[in-house]
Amino acid sequence: MKRHYLLILTASAVLALPSLVQGQASTPAAGDVENGKRLFTKQNCYYCHGTEGQGGRDGARIAQIGLNAQGLIRYVRRPAGAMPAFSEKMISDQELTDIYAYLKSLPKAKVPKDIPLLDQLK
Amino acid sequence: MANSKKGSVNRRGFLKGAAVGAAALVAKPVSSEAQVAQQTAQARVPLPSAALAAAETSPPPPRVDVYSTDRPGADFMVDAIKSLGIEYVAANPGSSFRALHEAIINYGGNKSPELLTCCHEESSVGMAHGYAKIEGKPMMVMAHGTVGLQHASMAIYNAYADRVPVYVVIGNIADGPFRRGDVEWTHAVQDAAAMVRDYTKWDDAPVSLTQFGESAVRAYKIAMTPPMAPVVVVADAVLQEEPVSEEDRRRLRVPKLAVTTPPAGDPDAVSQVAKALVAAETPLIIAGRSARTPNGLKLLVELAELLQAPIMDRRMRMNFPTRHPLYGTGSLAQSDVVLALEVPDLWTVTHSQTPVNRMGMESKPLTKAGAKVFSISSLELLMKSNYQDFGRYNESDLVIAGDAEATLPSLIEACKRLITADRKRVFDQRSAKYAETAKRLRDQALQDAAWAWDASPIATARLSAELWNLVRNEDWSLVSGDGMQSNWPTRLWDFTKHYQFIGAQGAYGIGYGAPAAVGAALANKKYGRLTVNIQNDGDLNYAPGVLWTAAHHHIPLLTVMHNNRAYHQERMYVADMAARAQRDVSRVDIGNALTNPNIDYASMAKGYGMYSVGPIENPAELAPALKKAIDVVKRGEPALVDVVTQPR
Repeated sequence: MKRHYLLILTASAVLALPSLVQGQASTPAAGDVENGKRLFTKQNCYYCHGTEGQGGRDGARIAQIGLNAQGLIRYVRRPAGAMPAFSEKMISDQELTDIYAYLKSLPKAKVPKDIPLLDQLK
Repeated sequence: MANSKKGSVNRRGFLKGAAVGAAALVAKPVSSEAQVAQQTAQARVPLPSAALAAAETSPPPPRVDVYSTDRPGADFMVDAIKSLGIEYVAANPGSSFRALHEAIINYGGNKSPELLTCCHEESSVGMAHGYAKIEGKPMMVMAHGTVGLQHASMAIYNAYADRVPVYVVIGNIADGPFRRGDVEWTHAVQDAAAMVRDYTKWDDAPVSLTQFGESAVRAYKIAMTPPMAPVVVVADAVLQEEPVSEEDRRRLRVPKLAVTTPPAGDPDAVSQVAKALVAAETPLIIAGRSARTPNGLKLLVELAELLQAPIMDRRMRMNFPTRHPLYGTGSLAQSDVVLALEVPDLWTVTHSQTPVNRMGMESKPLTKAGAKVFSISSLELLMKSNYQDFGRYNESDLVIAGDAEATLPSLIEACKRLITADRKRVFDQRSAKYAETAKRLRDQALQDAAWAWDASPIATARLSAELWNLVRNEDWSLVSGDGMQSNWPTRLWDFTKHYQFIGAQGAYGIGYGAPAAVGAALANKKYGRLTVNIQNDGDLNYAPGVLWTAAHHHIPLLTVMHNNRAYHQERMYVADMAARAQRDVSRVDIGNALTNPNIDYASMAKGYGMYSVGPIENPAELAPALKKAIDVVKRGEPALVDVVTQPR
């Protein structure tokens, strides 16, 4: 019988650490948004962060991520919380840069007052 | 057991005799040579008299019709069950309780209890689980003592861990010679309740009707005394089916139900907690299964407002209004006094753990240094060894064994006696801070909900917002947990009444959601409430036949599928394992995804006779679909809307 492990993943503040020190490794080429979108799906980032990077109980919002590309790479290599580390064997710096580009390309959310239903729920 | 009529051959006696006779025939096979010798010997004996010949050749006298009794023991069992005020009995039919089944529908008139036709014993218990959390009393479940109880066992464990009363009556044929063939031998068991004894509160296997009456009442009383839990009574098939003589009928009686008051905490210990709470600068109350009843909710509001102490709600019951300024506005890390009310595994709530948690060493307290932690819980009064739902050892500074709801009145009074004008001023000052935090959290929830607003698959925030907009002016009751939807209902909806939320499984056993929702909806039916279930797709596939039960019994329930097409929690875990092993994360859909083909839940519901629509993938189509389904539910029938959703 399956169980829900509510607590471990609930605690994940996965990628929402804007204070991370920026990396100083060699800078990858500018990210490829389309490839980033493909990798975002292939690497199953959406499991915890949602298909639009909107976040939820098990992962932080990463659409319009507050880190720069080096910050993202650094975090993915040595994450805090429940997120597992993704080594270079699994995903290269360039691929993470592509994902970064994709996350930055995602549209910013409207403010609630511009969504009639949310405005009503205030 | 009650005696049957003197001189009559009852069914049991007849079958015993028949069995002996048959055994004798089988035990003495006659060979062809022996048959020839026998015939030769017979030729030498004198011819029988006419009377003897007539006796041997005439047809045997008619056997006693064993089904002709008008008062089987099961009738008395129904009397006992009726005395408890049980409204419903959920059952998948089974031969070991067929006499009780028949007595319920005919002798008992199929009313209090009314029989609910279930397609799986897990559904029966799940329904009883949900029903009890709304109605505050148990539903009865009937099942075979063997195969039925095996099906029911996971659901019983859920109810046990959730401290919910379920009244289980199982059939069994204890007396071997009474069993009619292989089926009944394989369905019989020496100690029927043993299978679930680790996660039930009490059981008995009465060997007489008198004892059945007593055990039936005792079981109810035990189930309903906090800490509540499932109980099991074995209804022996011989007792059910054997006739009860007129004389014995007059002697049988059902004992009076003497209700046990809930155990309240020790007054001295309660005074100590009150003293600490009143003196605290930043108290925090953690609520687990604190509010058993509507009064429990009211009492917790009174205590929190008295002290201006915020609530950290584990969402296991409807403990506290979700838009109250004290709801979720505290901080465990900043609190100097923490009071936990009916919180299971409090250690885990108050400590951090890493995902690996090697040797249980990688943890640290989430409370600040020097903080005092108090616990009031009836969980201290019911712990068993084998199943480990008791959690890690509770290191609180003071643990009060008692029911939180029963203890709150004395705690409130003790606090009132200690509150001075100075302390009152401090409390008033901190209330403004919490009101401000509550407003910020509310604004943040609305802003967070705006992300992925137009996404397909549909965001769980959008789903929750659309649904809330349609039910908020109704007398609604959400009967599903909301963790799998990133707690969006809790963040967006305005929960104020006890029946508006009932928590989740208890033991996290999947397959609970659909039947518990049907049971809760049945309890809500007589109050005219609009019952809503946000249904996880994986959960529904365990025993979807409960949809038919809802349709068959006209149970008004809105089921909205959270169809993320996966056992998503497990998928995340396997992804985690793959990443740790530095292997291919992209393969973890294998064994977890519910795709290829996608499951068509609307067709499934339609097949069970329920109004349905979907799959809805475009968020713009969601509100109209939900509205139509709500109209069906308001007319007294169940309806299902299949919504293809984001993972969480």
